[in-house]
Amino acid sequence: MKMKALSKNTRSNLITYGMVVTAYVVMEILLKAGMVSSLLRGLLVPLCMYVILAVSLNLVVGISGELSLGHAGFMCVGAFSSALFSLCMKEAVPAGALRFFLAILIGAAAGALFGFLIGVPVLRLRGDYLAIVTLAFGEIIKNVVNIIFLGRDVNGFHISIEDAFSLNMEPGGEVLINGPQGITGTPQDSSFFIGIVLILITLFVVINMVNSRTGRAIMAIRDNRIAAESVGINVTKYKLLAFTVSASLAGVAGVLYAHNLSTLAAQPKNFGYNMSIMILVFVVLGGIGNIRGSIIAAVVLTLLPEMLRSLNDYRMLMYAVVLIATMIFTSSPGGQAFRERYSLKALIGRKNQEKEA
Amino acid sequence: MKKKALCLLLACAMTFSLAACGGKGGETSAPAEDRTETEAPAEAGDDTEAPAASGGAVFKVGGIGPTTGGAAVYGMAVQRGAEIAVEEINAAGGINGVQIEFQFQDDEHDPEKSVNAYNTLKDWGMQLLVGSVTSNPCIAVGEKTHEDNLFQLTPSGTAVKCVQYDNAFRMCFSDPNQGLESAKYIGENKLASKVAVIYDSSDPYSAGIYEAFRAEAENQDFEIVTEAKDGAFDASNKTDFSVQVSAAKNAGAELLYMPFYYTEASLVLKECKKQSYAPVFFGVDGMDGILSVENFDTSLAEDLMYMAPFVANSDDEQVKSFVTKYQEQFNEVPNQFAADAYDCIYVLKAAMEEAGVTPDMDASAICDAMKTAMTGITFDGITGKGISWEASGEPNKAPLIVQIKGGEGVAL
Repeated sequence: MKMKALSKNTRSNLITYGMVVTAYVVMEILLKAGMVSSLLRGLLVPLCMYVILAVSLNLVVGISGELSLGHAGFMCVGAFSSALFSLCMKEAVPAGALRFFLAILIGAAAGALFGFLIGVPVLRLRGDYLAIVTLAFGEIIKNVVNIIFLGRDVNGFHISIEDAFSLNMEPGGEVLINGPQGITGTPQDSSFFIGIVLILITLFVVINMVNSRTGRAIMAIRDNRIAAESVGINVTKYKLLAFTVSASLAGVAGVLYAHNLSTLAAQPKNFGYNMSIMILVFVVLGGIGNIRGSIIAAVVLTLLPEMLRSLNDYRMLMYAVVLIATMIFTSSPGGQAFRERYSLKALIGRKNQEKEA
Repeated sequence: MKKKALCLLLACAMTFSLAACGGKGGETSAPAEDRTETEAPAEAGDDTEAPAASGGAVFKVGGIGPTTGGAAVYGMAVQRGAEIAVEEINAAGGINGVQIEFQFQDDEHDPEKSVNAYNTLKDWGMQLLVGSVTSNPCIAVGEKTHEDNLFQLTPSGTAVKCVQYDNAFRMCFSDPNQGLESAKYIGENKLASKVAVIYDSSDPYSAGIYEAFRAEAENQDFEIVTEAKDGAFDASNKTDFSVQVSAAKNAGAELLYMPFYYTEASLVLKECKKQSYAPVFFGVDGMDGILSVENFDTSLAEDLMYMAPFVANSDDEQVKSFVTKYQEQFNEVPNQFAADAYDCIYVLKAAMEEAGVTPDMDASAICDAMKTAMTGITFDGITGKGISWEASGEPNKAPLIVQIKGGEGVAL
C-alpha cells in the first residue's frame, strides 16, 4: 500500500539503492561464511570502482547528452593526486581511515577542478567534436602525468619534467612520482565497505541531481537546446555543472583504484582511451540514461572476462562475442521485436488473454 | 520504464547463462588443454613408478604473465619456457618423486588483471608462484603474495620493488644492476670517454637502467655528453630516431648506450648508418633478439655489444638441449624470457629439494622453508652458472657481455 503511495520515480530509485545494499549484505554474509573465492574477493573493490565510473559517466552521456571519451583522464587525476597525498601523509596521519577519507576528498576535488578547467573550453562544442576533444584531453592528462618527476627531501619538494636526476635532491630524499614508473608504495586503504558507501553517495548525488530542478534543466538542454535557452536556462552553467560533478565522481573512483593496488602508473590500459571506451560500453550497454542499468552492466562486464578465464586463449574472443550478442539483442530493431514477442511480460499477458477468452 | 528494466534483466540473464556455460565448458576441458599436466605424468608412469606415498599429490605451481595484448611476446615465452622445464622434471620423476602441476594465467600486462590472475591461481590451490613477467604487475602481485606469505620467484620482473619483500626472489638482473654493470664495464675496459645515451622515457625498464647508468657514470672514467631530453623517446614516437642520433653525433660521442628493446635498436642502427655515424654500440639484455628482426641488415649490428643473460647458440649442453626442444615445439629460437622461466622452474626444484617440502604443506609453510633454502643453494642453469641468492631476493650472477661478430652473438 505504502509503495503505491510513492511516486513511480521514487520507487524506482529505492529499488536501485536497495539493489546495492542487498548486494552488499549478501556479499558480506558469503564472505563471513567463507564461501567466496579469492578471485571474487579481489574483484570486489574494482567492481565498486567501475560502478562509480559508469554511473558518473551516465550523468554526462545519458542525462546531459554529451558524448565524453575522456572519463579515464579524470580518474587518472583523482588516482594520482590522492595516491601522492597518501604517500606523503603515510607517517603524518597513521590512522588509515582518516587518511583515506582525506584522500577521497582530495581525489574528488582534483577531479572536479580538472573537469571544470577542461569543461570550460570543451563544452562550447557539441556532438562528435566534443567527443574528439574530450578524447584528446584524456590522453593529454595521461601523458602529462607520465613526464612528472616529483621528489621530497629535507629541503622540501622538487619537481622536474626530465628525469629523476634533474630533481637535484639531497641524499636521503625519496622520489614520490617517478615519471613513467609512477607511484609505488601507496597504502592499501580501499575496502569493499568503503566502495559500497561511495557507490551509495554517488547514486545519491546523481539521482537527486537528476530529479531536481537542475536535472530537469540539464535534460531540457539535452532535448532541445534552443527551447531551453528561450525559457532562460543558462546552458553553459548547467552543462558545466553536470560535467564537473561527473569528473569529480570519476576522481573518487580513481582514489579507490589507486588505494587498491600498491603500484600506480599511467598506462594506456588503465587510464588511456581504452578505459574511457570501456566505461562508455558499460553506460551504453546498461542503457543510456538508465542508472540502474549502468550498475548492472558494469558488474557483469567486469566479471565476465574473469569468469571466462577457464577458456584460456579464447577468453577475450568470447568476451567480444558476448558484447556483440548483447548489443544486438538489446538494441537492434530485430532484437527488440524478438524481445517484445518473447518477454516474460508478453507471455503472461498472452496467458491472461487466453484465460479471459 | 518497467518494460526496459525487464528487458535489461533478461539481457543480463542471457549474459550470465552464457558466462556460466563458458565456465562449465572450461572446467571440463581444462585438463585436456594443459598438455603438460596430463601428458607428463603419463610419461613418467612409463619410466619410473611414482612413489606410492605421494599418490595423487602434486606441487601446484602457478605462473602469471601477459599472453594477450602488447607485451604478449614476453608472457608467451615465459609460459613456454616454464612448460618445457615442467615437462622435463615430471618426466624425470618430479621433485622428490612428486609431480608438478603448472598453470599459467594471463594478466594482459595490467596490474589490476595480474592481481585477478593471482587470485584465480589461489583458488586453484597454487603453492608457489613464477611471476609476474612484467615489472608493474609484479609489484602489485608482490604486495598480495606478501600478505598471503606465498613464495614468489619472478623470471623477468626487473624493477627494484618487484622483490621488496622477503618472500620474493628474481631470476634476472634488476634494472639498476644492469645500468651499474654496463657503466662499470665501459669504464673499466676504456671503451670510450664520451658516451651518449638514448632511452625510452616512457618505459620503466629503460628509464630504470638509464638512471642507474647515469649515477654510476660519475664514478667512472667517462662522461655522458648528451642531456637526458636529447636522448629520450617514448612509446608514442619510437619510429624515427633522427633527432636523438644527430644529437649524439653532434656531441661527439664515441659510444652510444642503448638501454631498450631490440626492435627500436634496429631502427637506431639504421639511422646511424644513414647519418654515417659509427660509434661503439652498447646495449642491455633487451637487445637480445636483434639478429632476428625482419628486414634488418644484420651487418649494421656488427661489433654491437650487449649484456645478455642467455645466448641461444652457446655450446653449453643445457642450453643446447633447451634450445632444440623449444625449437621443436614452437618453431622459434627461445629468447631470454623463455630461458629465465626455464631456469625459474629448475631453481624451484633445487630449492624445494633443499628445503624438503612436501605437497601436503600449505603455501605459507612452503614459503617459510623456501626463504631459507633459496639463500643456501647454488644454481647452474642456462642463464648463468653458480648463481646464488641474497636474502633480499637479488641473484648473484656474473654479467655476460656478448658481441656480434659475423652475424652471430659471441660471448666476450
